[in-house]
Amino acid sequence: MSRDDYEVVIGLEVHAELSTKTKIFCSCPTKFGAKPNTQTCPICMAMPGTLPVLNEKVVEYAVKAGLATNCTISQDSKNDRKNYFYPDLPKAYQISQYDKPLCEHGYVEIETENGPKKIRILRIHIEEDAGKLNHDDFGGGSLVDLNRAGVPLIETVSEPDMRSTEEAEQYLRKLKSIFEYIEVSDCKMQEGSFRADVNVSVRKRGNSKLGTRTEMKNMNSFRSITRAIDYEVDRQIEVIENGGKVEQETLRWDDVSGKTFSMRDKEDAQDYRYFPEPDLVAIKLSDEYIENVKKSLPELPESRKARYLEEYKLSEKDANIITASKHLSDLFEEATRISGNSKAVNNWIISDISRILNEEEMEPSEIPFTAEELAKMVMLIDKGTISSSIGKKVLEELFENPKDPEEIIKEKGWIQISDEGAIKEIVLKVLEANPQSIADYKGGKDRALGFLVGQAMKETRGKANPQMLNKMFIEELKK
Amino acid sequence: MQVSKEELLHIANLARLNIDENEVDNYLKNLEDILNFANIVNKANVEGLDITIGANEAKNIFRKDEIKMFEDNEALLQNAINPEQNMFKIPKVIN
Amino acid sequence: MDITELTVHELMEKLHNKELTTTKITKAYVDRIKEKEPEVEAFVTSLTDEAQAKAEEIDKKIEAGEVVGELAGIPIGIKDNICTKGIKTTCSSRMLENFVSPYDATVTEKLNNENIISLGKLNMDEFAMGGSTETSYFKKTKNPWNLSKVPGGSSGGSAAAVAANMVPWALGSDTGGSIRQPASFCGVVGLKPTYGLVSRYGLVAFASSLDQIGPITKDVKDSAILLNIIAGHDEKDTTSVDMEKKDYVKALKNDVKGMKIAVPKEFFGEGINNEVKESLEKAIEKYKELGAEVEEISLDIAKYSLATYYIIACAEASSNLGRFDGIRYTYRTSEFKDLKEIYKKSRSEGFGAEVKRRIILGTYVLSSGYYDAYYKKAQQVRTLVTNEFNKAFEKYDVILTPTSPTTAFGIGEKSNNPLEMYLADICTVSVNIAGLPGISIPCGVDSNGMPIGMQLIGNKFCEETILNVAYTFEQATKFRENCKPEFKGGAK
Repeated sequence: MSRDDYEVVIGLEVHAELSTKTKIFCSCPTKFGAKPNTQTCPICMAMPGTLPVLNEKVVEYAVKAGLATNCTISQDSKNDRKNYFYPDLPKAYQISQYDKPLCEHGYVEIETENGPKKIRILRIHIEEDAGKLNHDDFGGGSLVDLNRAGVPLIETVSEPDMRSTEEAEQYLRKLKSIFEYIEVSDCKMQEGSFRADVNVSVRKRGNSKLGTRTEMKNMNSFRSITRAIDYEVDRQIEVIENGGKVEQETLRWDDVSGKTFSMRDKEDAQDYRYFPEPDLVAIKLSDEYIENVKKSLPELPESRKARYLEEYKLSEKDANIITASKHLSDLFEEATRISGNSKAVNNWIISDISRILNEEEMEPSEIPFTAEELAKMVMLIDKGTISSSIGKKVLEELFENPKDPEEIIKEKGWIQISDEGAIKEIVLKVLEANPQSIADYKGGKDRALGFLVGQAMKETRGKANPQMLNKMFIEELKK
Repeated sequence: MQVSKEELLHIANLARLNIDENEVDNYLKNLEDILNFANIVNKANVEGLDITIGANEAKNIFRKDEIKMFEDNEALLQNAINPEQNMFKIPKVIN
Repeated sequence: MDITELTVHELMEKLHNKELTTTKITKAYVDRIKEKEPEVEAFVTSLTDEAQAKAEEIDKKIEAGEVVGELAGIPIGIKDNICTKGIKTTCSSRMLENFVSPYDATVTEKLNNENIISLGKLNMDEFAMGGSTETSYFKKTKNPWNLSKVPGGSSGGSAAAVAANMVPWALGSDTGGSIRQPASFCGVVGLKPTYGLVSRYGLVAFASSLDQIGPITKDVKDSAILLNIIAGHDEKDTTSVDMEKKDYVKALKNDVKGMKIAVPKEFFGEGINNEVKESLEKAIEKYKELGAEVEEISLDIAKYSLATYYIIACAEASSNLGRFDGIRYTYRTSEFKDLKEIYKKSRSEGFGAEVKRRIILGTYVLSSGYYDAYYKKAQQVRTLVTNEFNKAFEKYDVILTPTSPTTAFGIGEKSNNPLEMYLADICTVSVNIAGLPGISIPCGVDSNGMPIGMQLIGNKFCEETILNVAYTFEQATKFRENCKPEFKGGAK
């Protein structure tokens, strides 16, 4: 049997850190990268006698996420304790939600080869993040930093609806894009604010019963996730083909070796002993509350895409690329509004900006310049102050050292030469140096004109106005 | 209510407590006595009754999302044993 | 005049008309502690030096005419499971032997705002688990009425210190009777407020849905005064209720005419000591004389309540005590080879036998396979208990029962039989299960001269009613004038 005889079944549990100012149960800030244990207080350090108080924004953001993913918002919800010992979990229980999550039964739509497909969402619930364990380089132990303990999370649990690595990746990208759109999470994967537990199983095609699944926890890059799924699918098929049985277990994906490893101590069978959190009161959201949150939702990617096709006549492909990221989409809209040139802005985003992001392995959210700066560059080209080839250099500069494009071109001396006398001088100089091209042109080879313009651009390091050059070369050659 | 030694040790492990061999019988007896007594709850007629969560009926008590730094950060590590780099030190843990 | 014999309202009066100074009062208590503490052993941490310094400071302020508050300079004792910034809060456990809290409990802040002076932290059963204060890691507190007997628990240090006049009043905490039962054993007044009336922020949690902080005082008026200070909504405790502030002292009308008092016969049945019963019957007669309408009712919830109580309390405790793990601020075992050993050895060495027993029970009832049969069922029974009380309060203002089936028992008498010890809580736990207020006041002594307590239970947030009913009885019987602890027996 081959791999094609097997169907892959993937389910994802995505943890997204909410972009609230404070933690879920105390007023400590949530900023990433602070000095260890400086964003802590008796509550998130689980000092004896402390009590949690739920952050209202956490509820609001979770409801937003639920509404944006077509979930039903529960009007009767509560918090529960999940009990286990680990040094990054100072209370020895995580306040989470067990049987009454805030949001249930939603879906998101992804594009597949066979058209759109709905991936169902089982639930979205709120919970607190754990702290972080650092290696102690000198003492050989571990060091506990609780800055992240209590940062709010939403956990989005999908149904096992994905049938390929590509679908899993599509689903993740879609979910990430939605959370970015509704601004509930910054979804910075490298900072761990958007990470996934991946459940994978395989079954022979035609078999309706699910195979035994394995789980890989806390994956925080698309590349690791897709590689890990591919590896795990192959491994499971091999186990079955060799007459073995896949064991239900938690695995650790190792990026360096490209393999999964068994993680948990077998003797330590987990039993989380969930029970209702007695320190917090029930969450009972009214229709009115839910309606108000609904009204506050911004325009979602689907709707933006439709608008771009209609309003700006973008191609389906371009509209997909731009709306896949809220940052790109916002950049597009704002730069278009300022410059009034949607076509140029679109082109810059689809070609050069996307290329640079790719090369530098950057997320759109990491684009360092503003929409206004991009718009200004587009306008400088439109006005003829710079050529589009200078534009490319300005863009690179915007990535390197972002500031007002006008200042950039002044500093760099990139202002386009549009002075007729100056242009004429260059044209004459180039013609003098290239008698063969003159002959070629006159002999009917139009290509020679392009060569001459190119030489003139080289001479001026791209600063000459290409239209004027063109015009003046023709005039001179006709003489 | 019969509790086995294995069950007791499993529960103790979940609670991160050691039970010495010579304590097992005593723990088992206490636990069984108390569970036998606690079984009374299964005789109560609770048909159709909801569970009580907490002891009051309040709902939706939330906090504003406003930063308030704890005023005495240093005191948070004052009880720690040999902290390093402002962190709690523990034996090496592989994530 | 023996200053330490006075109630707080008497002290306040003498402070206000300048008969006494804060320094004098504090000095009197410091002397009394020196004299009686070796016998009674009520304190885990004594703050006599700090208290005297604070008293001088307050006297200076009073002389300078600064506003310092009505209760400024009144001393107090605080149960050692209530956090006090910069001062050890041990819960009478080896686990927290050296723990210094980085913050103040909300009630501690309230006392500080009133310029009330802490004389120290008071002994208790370890993590408030017990009914005799014998499970304290540090010492066994003695009952001032008879030093060979327990003071009750878990707030045994608080009740004994008040009874022995080492503090004029104290804060305790009550999860299943831990204020009322020691108050009853020590012949003082103990009030457990309605769940949600007093903030739990800073009270080291035993069972979150049952715990309340409350006053232990010499008389009912002091109880009302202290409740006035500690009651009220706290943003840091979402289970504390936001409601209009009441003046509990004003509720003391010394009149129970027309008041409807229910006496549930199940609380006077098997297991209740005859002398206790007789004393309560006399109290009932007294109430009738005073014009109350007393009726016997059936309230068959006591045995369910007790089982429910132990299931819920232990389940919550097993989770609440997980944070004591040897990592951040607790006792840590000296030798370990890995993380798991830090956990297991620190917790096994840091917790005493009773605490471990309850953690095991609590873990068991929450574990998979048993959750429905025990924890979930108990939570349903809890609803049943609440409903039964609600029915009773449709007809009656107050429910009257004994506080404890017996008077104080001997030290060591019950400490080897956990279940028997648990059964002693039969009269008090249902009040916590239903989240109601309950007060214990002395109503007599038995043939050995040990005090007997009467419990008055009110409807939710009806502290005014039970305080008034208790006050009226107290004014009519004058227990304090007739009976005093004698520090009998004891080895010392």
